[in-house]
Amino acid sequence: MQSSYDIIVVGAGHAGCEAAAAAANMGSRVLLITMNMQTIAQMSCNPAMGGIAKGQIVREIDALGGYSGIVSDRSAIQFRMLNRSKGPAMWSPRTQNDRMMFAAEWRKMLEQTPKVDFWQDTVNALLISKDGKRVEGVVTGMGLAFHSKAVVLTNGTFLNGIIHIGEKNFSGGRTGEKAAYGITEQLVQLGFESGRMKTGTPPRLDGRSIDYTKTEIQEGDAFIDKFSYLENTSPFMGEKAKKQTPCHITYTNPQVHDILKTGFEKSPMFAGRIQGLGPRYCPSIEDKINRFSERERHQLFIEPEGWDTVEIYLNGFSTSLPEEVQLKALQLIPGLEKVKMFRPGYAIEYDYFPPTQLKLTLETQLADNLYFAGQINGTTGYEEAACQGLMAGINAHLKINEKESLVLNRYEAYIGVLIDDLVNKGTDEPYRMFTSRSEYRLLLRQDNADVRLTPISHKLGLASAERLQCVEKKTANANKIIDYFKNNSIEPSEINPFLESINSSPIHQKVRYHNVLSRPNISIPDMLRYCNHLDKNISSFDKETIEQAEILMKYEGYIERENENADKLKRLEELKLRPDFNYDAVHSLSAEAREKLKKIKPQTLGQASRISGINPSDVSILMIFMGR
Amino acid sequence: MLFNQNDTIIALATPHGTGAIAVIRLSGKNCFTIVEKVFFTKNKKAVNLQSKKSHTLHFGLICVEEIIIDEVLLSVFKNPHSFTGEDSVEISCHGSTFIQQQILQVLTAKGARMAQPGEFTLRGFLNGKFDLSQAEAVADLVHSNSAVSHQVAMQQMRGGFSSKINILREKLIDFAALIELELDFSEEDVAFADRSALKNLIHSIQSILEKLIQSYELGNVIKNGIPVAIVGKPNAGKSTLLNILLQEERAIVSDIPGTTRDIIEDEITIGGVLFRFIDTAGIRDTTDVIEQIGVNKALDAMQKSAIVIYLFDAHELSKQDLIVETEKIKTHIGNSQLLMVCNKIDTENLAELQSEFSDMHPILYISAKNHLYIDDLKNKLVALFDNRAVHVTETVVTNARHADALRKANSSLYRVVEGLNQQVQTDLLAQDIRYALEALGEITGSVTNNDLLAHIFSKFCIGK
Repeated sequence: MQSSYDIIVVGAGHAGCEAAAAAANMGSRVLLITMNMQTIAQMSCNPAMGGIAKGQIVREIDALGGYSGIVSDRSAIQFRMLNRSKGPAMWSPRTQNDRMMFAAEWRKMLEQTPKVDFWQDTVNALLISKDGKRVEGVVTGMGLAFHSKAVVLTNGTFLNGIIHIGEKNFSGGRTGEKAAYGITEQLVQLGFESGRMKTGTPPRLDGRSIDYTKTEIQEGDAFIDKFSYLENTSPFMGEKAKKQTPCHITYTNPQVHDILKTGFEKSPMFAGRIQGLGPRYCPSIEDKINRFSERERHQLFIEPEGWDTVEIYLNGFSTSLPEEVQLKALQLIPGLEKVKMFRPGYAIEYDYFPPTQLKLTLETQLADNLYFAGQINGTTGYEEAACQGLMAGINAHLKINEKESLVLNRYEAYIGVLIDDLVNKGTDEPYRMFTSRSEYRLLLRQDNADVRLTPISHKLGLASAERLQCVEKKTANANKIIDYFKNNSIEPSEINPFLESINSSPIHQKVRYHNVLSRPNISIPDMLRYCNHLDKNISSFDKETIEQAEILMKYEGYIERENENADKLKRLEELKLRPDFNYDAVHSLSAEAREKLKKIKPQTLGQASRISGINPSDVSILMIFMGR
Repeated sequence: MLFNQNDTIIALATPHGTGAIAVIRLSGKNCFTIVEKVFFTKNKKAVNLQSKKSHTLHFGLICVEEIIIDEVLLSVFKNPHSFTGEDSVEISCHGSTFIQQQILQVLTAKGARMAQPGEFTLRGFLNGKFDLSQAEAVADLVHSNSAVSHQVAMQQMRGGFSSKINILREKLIDFAALIELELDFSEEDVAFADRSALKNLIHSIQSILEKLIQSYELGNVIKNGIPVAIVGKPNAGKSTLLNILLQEERAIVSDIPGTTRDIIEDEITIGGVLFRFIDTAGIRDTTDVIEQIGVNKALDAMQKSAIVIYLFDAHELSKQDLIVETEKIKTHIGNSQLLMVCNKIDTENLAELQSEFSDMHPILYISAKNHLYIDDLKNKLVALFDNRAVHVTETVVTNARHADALRKANSSLYRVVEGLNQQVQTDLLAQDIRYALEALGEITGSVTNNDLLAHIFSKFCIGK
């Protein structure tokens, strides 16, 4: 048995899988260690990928050459582009997925990656160099030692995990799975700081016991998009297109709330048995009725778990109340009067390591070549975990090959926003991405993740030549369309009937196509339909190319202003701070600022300005000291 | 590094030159030990300043080698309770230039360093004694040369301006949170913002912003003096009037028309208000190239002035001429206020003149040469200033950077309103709201994305 690798990845969730695949695809020999080969790439919570801000992340992962997009497309049972009615920055792809198929597709992708080896075992210690400064491998529960140049830890909720249901609690990493021990204690001894976080999940229901006639139906989109920029990844396109599966919506009511309240005294949250902080934006149902007692109902989504299963995920009903209270409350919800549970909801508490202990590459500051990704860094969400895994895998590979690291900027990718926030601000609650976390929302769109990121990744040797060619073709063709629209004019007689039909004022003389397109409610496909003289070559371009050209023209002014704004940050990012900068010598900095700067060791003034606890006057002081 | 912060700095805190008293200021961690080397009690005993309480006064002598330089009063400020946040001493000495120089010399010989301009303020800022806008106000305070600008600067230093902007910012954060809620949580069961309520909110914010922006114009005027242009035909007595007002010989006075060929400016405080008088060349059609330049400058000065004094010779102009001239002037003065002044009157013809011009633009009657009714003119100037509704208790923006930030915020909000009217998509609205917040943040410190999210989570039930 081989016992020496370039990179060892501990954990095979969304982060671990991306890390292993990326490092192996770049050329590293990777060992992926998981406690259970049957639970690779589990969707432990809801059976869905993407959504607002998260969908953009999946697109970014795909653009960089990760697999989450492809896997999500192939296992999709429903596709929706959320926020279509809003501007292009908000368009957010989301799929409902077949849980089992998702895991199977991931496993297939990994098995088809020659440089990934697998080992089923628990890791309960790291091999650390004698000086305590560098990781050199792992030790497993079976007592085996595996050596490597780098280790990526993606332990999810497994480190000292405790599951709570009502007054019961027991150790576990997920329902029915064992927790992992040893790593936290070892890292704390090395000087790491650890904390506890909490998350929860709703009950799983028997679909055969649900009366759907009492619920609202929520169908997938009529016009299908997908996550991956590659072709042929969607089951809803092409000749053998499958029919999408709908979701359903129902609501709680005051009677449901009353029943839930009877369980409050047994709630591990309210009784204080759970210490860790849960996410504010993903509260349990008991939290919702407790904090927002004026609300008479809360929305619940009935989400199918796959093509061939009756299992249902009840989104919006996360709870750790006693199971009998859960069932009693459920049965007062319209459509669920006779519902049966497969298993109750639960809360889980687990260890994380405050991410301010990381570098922007996700390598730890304390131990060289040790990388953290996913919930171990205090994040929540498959997409957040996956993109960290991808970046950790890429950077681990670059580091052991002595190449320059990959750090994405806030104006380049949501992935950059995520890691920058984690490292500079840390997080007290599980961190989820929102579009409002980005200052450059209009630049970080789902339609241009490939334009933003594929060239970068291709240069590193990860994104394939095929991907790069796709992007280059899309950019060139979009530019052709834009040129055409800016340099050619339209006759009033051609477009006026259409303009009148949408209550847009008619034109009186020839104007550029571009001018008409910049009006609200007018698209390139509309113009293709009405303008006979419009270059017909344009209609032969694919939908994504046309859309790209349209967005760049319609929102030109806004995008330009956002670019100018990003340039301001770029200038601050250019002011480099030396890692050995002696902050103690700058007495005028507040004590808090000095501590934070010493801890985070920002690389640039821009990064320093985003550290929590660093206020603008601290930045001014640093500027003065730098002689600016 | 720009400045060394570890040493003790010293500077004269009162204006250069001779006065009744002068104040010399030291700041830095060694200032007590430095001063102790030269400061003694009346009986020439040493004084332990370090042991004195903060904000106490000590009478004594500044001596070097038994020679008494001056009797002084010494104020002790202990860190952080001083202007700079460091240990500080202020020495009030007698105001002769010689004494000032002697004291500065002995103290620099004992280890103090002459401060760079602005270094006391910089230290105060670096030690967190005030935020950026307060620091800027200190600079304004130091340079204030009228009662009004002093009050404005004082008010700003106490944080009046910052607190006003903070209130605006809070309102905007509310607004931004509503918008972000729609964007990030559109899938959730949350009620969306009422657009007309949003519009009202923006209008109310804008009306405050606009007032502040307007106040800058005024603030600027208060700080730099209200520009008053004195115009009139050559030899109407403009230079004489200016000299009377400035109480010194400044402009060249002669009987030859067209003597003043350039613009002459000077400042004077009347009734606590700073005025900046601009004497101009006489306005007449001329072929003299140099004089023509002067005439053009005069026209330009009129445009830029808040008040234009049109001075005419009581004996020279007929009523008909005056009406024609007045109309001509009015076309040149833009938004300035016009003050018609009839010069060279004597007590005999005053009543006659008054009745002749009674149906015209109100006219003041003076004699510059004989100092007649000059106080009336001064009172009228102060009254015109008051009529511009300047109440110094209100917040006045005096700083160009602040005014610029306010303008940026305002124009972003205009785009928001425009966007609301055209029903542009919410994420595009959000961009301009963020720019507005960012602009205000340049004054008071920025709003982070976390602030917005925290706001949302505290108010709305979010989460599936």
